[in-house]
Amino acid sequence: MSKASDNGQFVIETRGLDVYYGDFQALNGVDIQFPQNSITALIGPSGCGKSTALRALNRMNDLIPIARTEGEVIYQGHNIYADDVDPVEVRRRIGMVFQKPNPFPKSIYENVAWGARINGYKGNMDALVEESLRGAALWGEVKDKLNESGLSLSGGQQQRLCIARAIAVKPDIVLMDEPCSALDPIATLRIEELLQDLKERYTIIMVTHNMQQAARASDFTAVFYVNEQTRTGYLLEYGATKELFTNPKNSTTEDYITGRFG
Amino acid sequence: MARQVFTQEMQRLQDEVLALGSTVEYALGDAVRILKQRDFEESRRLMANDWQINVRYHDIEQGCMELIATQQPTAGDLRVIAAMIRIATELERIGDYAKGIAKINLLIGDEKLLKPLVDIPQMATKTQGMLHRSLLAFSRKDLALARTIPDQDDEIDDLYNQVYRELFTYMLAHPETIEQGNYLLWAAHNIERAADRVTNICERVIYMITGQIVELDQSSDELRVPISPSEVEPVDRGS
Repeated sequence: MSKASDNGQFVIETRGLDVYYGDFQALNGVDIQFPQNSITALIGPSGCGKSTALRALNRMNDLIPIARTEGEVIYQGHNIYADDVDPVEVRRRIGMVFQKPNPFPKSIYENVAWGARINGYKGNMDALVEESLRGAALWGEVKDKLNESGLSLSGGQQQRLCIARAIAVKPDIVLMDEPCSALDPIATLRIEELLQDLKERYTIIMVTHNMQQAARASDFTAVFYVNEQTRTGYLLEYGATKELFTNPKNSTTEDYITGRFG
Repeated sequence: MARQVFTQEMQRLQDEVLALGSTVEYALGDAVRILKQRDFEESRRLMANDWQINVRYHDIEQGCMELIATQQPTAGDLRVIAAMIRIATELERIGDYAKGIAKINLLIGDEKLLKPLVDIPQMATKTQGMLHRSLLAFSRKDLALARTIPDQDDEIDDLYNQVYRELFTYMLAHPETIEQGNYLLWAAHNIERAADRVTNICERVIYMITGQIVELDQSSDELRVPISPSEVEPVDRGS
């Protein structure tokens, strides 16, 4: 079992996680435990399975018809792949923010309220929208134009709107798939700062192609790599980010993060 | 090759550290040789040349900072850069010790030396050897070598204590020699400190290779001998 820390509480873990796309095995035997209220970055070269691993954590791969998952993903003591588990409920507890900001073509308000509304939220919607936008560090910029289209915002604001939408349904875990890759450096830094606030309430697991972002923004880093022969991805090394970026245990990790290859 | 510009600049800086180390190694030996020969002209030349050591030290530091800022080095690369900054700093300080010895030669002036210098040149030779090997350990990433070099610091300390006792005896018996005795003590002290700096270099080499910060010199950084005959215990200034 790959442990990043012996002290913290683990909110979700994978046990022998394999993912297949048809006959092709994309991911092999991933054992990893994600500490609660922390930011974990998944890094690795293209095709190493890091996004596949991320999507496996909230059954997003189920939406791909040829995808098949083996092993277990244990969340709150239950395997989320067990027959009696509702994947929609899994995705409410374990939210996701995607690479490209994807607000709905609706008002800013409705973008945030949408998830809560379809979940039958009965509370004060205005308060929830404000709380979520504040949580995503966007409230100050949009509070006077909540009825304007979400698409009228800048790219960085749109991504924070998507984060507000994700946290409006009160998840435990927020998965992020390269959340800053479509953003400029200033907007990227704002998201990275926001992550530090978000981890107080949520557990963040983030795929990034930007190793410096992983080094800057995460508490733990999981390095994925790919088997040259089979092209199957696997977990190479997992540990505290500060340790991994200054003194990695694995020589392949060292070569990868120092840019020797990959 | 991956990251060719980065790799080339790393190599250039490592070569610069070695070149600076070589210059400093010679400066230390030269300073003591010049003191022994009582050559004032050479002392002035050595003191004047210290700026070159400083310029090279600054060049290494600047180059390392630029690599950090522009290339975002990590892991082993980052540790090499951190080690280079620290090692260059230690080398610059050893250069200052050599300059200090050259200055002592001028301060003693035309006065005849109390005694022929034997132990002080021996201290310098041993320290030069330690420095040379520490730079070999750096360039070859030789962990075993880096770990053994600091043991030789004890020999330097023994010689220093011997010089101290001898000069102290002179000064007690012949108070008129106190001024020169003090100057020579400072020369010996400078070499003893230079050897401590070499130990620091070895610690950085070990960190560079292993990522582990170690303390090889467990003794006090400062004076290791009684400062007056009435004091039995060495003074520990807690540094």
